[in-house]
Amino acid sequence: MTFLKRYLIPRLFQYFLVIWLGITVVFLIPRLTPNDPVMRMIGEMRGRGSTLEPGAMDGIIRDLTQMYGLEGSWLDQYWAFWVRLAHGDFGVSFFQFPTPVNKLIATAIPWTLALLLTTTAISWIVGNIIGGLAGYYSRKGWSRTLDAIAMVIRPLPYYIFAFSLLLLFAYVVRWFPITGGASLGAIPSLSWAYIKDVLWHSILPALSLIILGGAVNFQTMKLFVQNTNSESFVQYAKMGGVTEDRIVSKYVIRNAILPQITGLALSLGQIFSGALITEIVFSYPGLGMLLYRAIINGDYNLIMGITLLSIVGITTAILVVDLTYPFFDPRVRYN
Amino acid sequence: MKILRDLFRDYRFTFSFSVLVIIVALALLSFVSPYDPTLWNVVPKDMKPSVEHWLGTDSNGQDIFWQATFAVRNSLIISLIAGLVSRFIAILVGMVAGYKGGWVDRVMMFISDSLLVIPLFLIFVMLAMLVRQFLNLVVLGLMLAVFGWAWDARVIRSVILSLRERDFTNTAILSGTGTVKLVINEYMPFAMPLIFSNLINNIAWAIGLEITLAILGLVNLNIPTLGTMLNWALFYQSILLGRWWWILTPVILSLFLFIALYWLSTSISEYLDPRTRIQRVGA
Repeated sequence: MTFLKRYLIPRLFQYFLVIWLGITVVFLIPRLTPNDPVMRMIGEMRGRGSTLEPGAMDGIIRDLTQMYGLEGSWLDQYWAFWVRLAHGDFGVSFFQFPTPVNKLIATAIPWTLALLLTTTAISWIVGNIIGGLAGYYSRKGWSRTLDAIAMVIRPLPYYIFAFSLLLLFAYVVRWFPITGGASLGAIPSLSWAYIKDVLWHSILPALSLIILGGAVNFQTMKLFVQNTNSESFVQYAKMGGVTEDRIVSKYVIRNAILPQITGLALSLGQIFSGALITEIVFSYPGLGMLLYRAIINGDYNLIMGITLLSIVGITTAILVVDLTYPFFDPRVRYN
Repeated sequence: MKILRDLFRDYRFTFSFSVLVIIVALALLSFVSPYDPTLWNVVPKDMKPSVEHWLGTDSNGQDIFWQATFAVRNSLIISLIAGLVSRFIAILVGMVAGYKGGWVDRVMMFISDSLLVIPLFLIFVMLAMLVRQFLNLVVLGLMLAVFGWAWDARVIRSVILSLRERDFTNTAILSGTGTVKLVINEYMPFAMPLIFSNLINNIAWAIGLEITLAILGLVNLNIPTLGTMLNWALFYQSILLGRWWWILTPVILSLFLFIALYWLSTSISEYLDPRTRIQRVGA
């Protein structure tokens, strides 16, 4: 009962508060920026060379105002915004008119989820295991070598790292395909050939996310383990003759893994943004690529839809990670 | 001087220091550039590196070496504005939240936690879409600063929280030191090394985001930065056409810049570890 009151309820309250804040920010951004999105759209249309009769122009302005939800006072707009979101309605895409934003996102999301979930899981697990071992055996040569490699990879932003991998493995040595989620003209099916093709195309994007994410986990885990290693209970266990395997797995890594769970939750937003950027580098047909096309076409509704969905998705994912925390930390459970 | 000598013993510090000196020198060279970076077709197009054009020329008819000097300078300007302004916000929020506590602390930490959680990249895309025509170096720097303070505010707050419990705080308060003076004179020296190494990290973050936004075409592409240079090189298919001197210049410059900034920040923060500092002062 106390667990529910002291941990779960405040956490859920915070969850809804963050979503509220994030969505409010998305609502405010176009309204606080100095130019009117409707007039900007009209300007862009004119810039593309389309001419319209004066009467038709008024109609378009009215439609656009309605679509952006810019009618009435801010309070009215804010209420209407929430009502629309509650119905799961993100409006229609401007440049693939009149396809709803929802539909475009729905076709892109499986790609992103598949890439994101597998790479995050692999980089977290592998990064922590190797980092933990490297921290425990920090004087060994291989540990130092890995540390030096991580020191080089860690600071690179997603774009630069993914792009360097692309240059190296798709142009210099042509081991992997350059772009796309599957070969051109391949028909989606459950056949082995198609699945193999998709996997083949996803190796480079996945690899770039795994290496970069893994380097971060490796470094932080190594540091935690080194710190835990010098604590007196570990020294005591060593003197007491507890086997080394048991010390590493049950004493040291078990303790050091706790901040890593919190760390994973905190960095999910960045990992997600990184995945979008990586998709753009490799033309991988997920949300990132959809975002890229939306930017190129000036499709503001689509960008807003992707952003809103991402905010809800990421905060929920963080909530889920946070709620697993008590399983790992008995202190939270019994306190 | 002794501090510097100690720092140079760390190979990472020596490396990053040398790289940064070269990069800053490059940025300064832009002031004596023979070409105007905004003009096109001032030199023959698509020339390989030669004695005349050290890094060749690009498809816009610009000299890549001199273009790179402007790019480095502008990227540094954006990131310095972002880093310094966000530092100011982070220090203010961290100190107030840490010292005041209570609901002020809770509200401020809620906002900074939310900023950490929300995919900021998408927020920047939305913002840049709408203000693209106003986006100069200063506006972009400020935009990054407004959203880039959250993590460091948290770090500074936790330092203040731990310092507030120490004896010298009570001694200072009992002997009549005002809050502002206490925070600035007594707490800042403890927080300074951390703030400095976070500043370097924040600068790297800002450069990285600028590159990403520029690749997406969300900044003014006529202002040369590391990002816009890459954007033009990609736009003209310089990889497929084999113009390696063009695409590799911004890529290699950024690789060195990011590694140097990170190594500088780690070597300094390892040297100035607050724990060892506090041990030296005697807790």
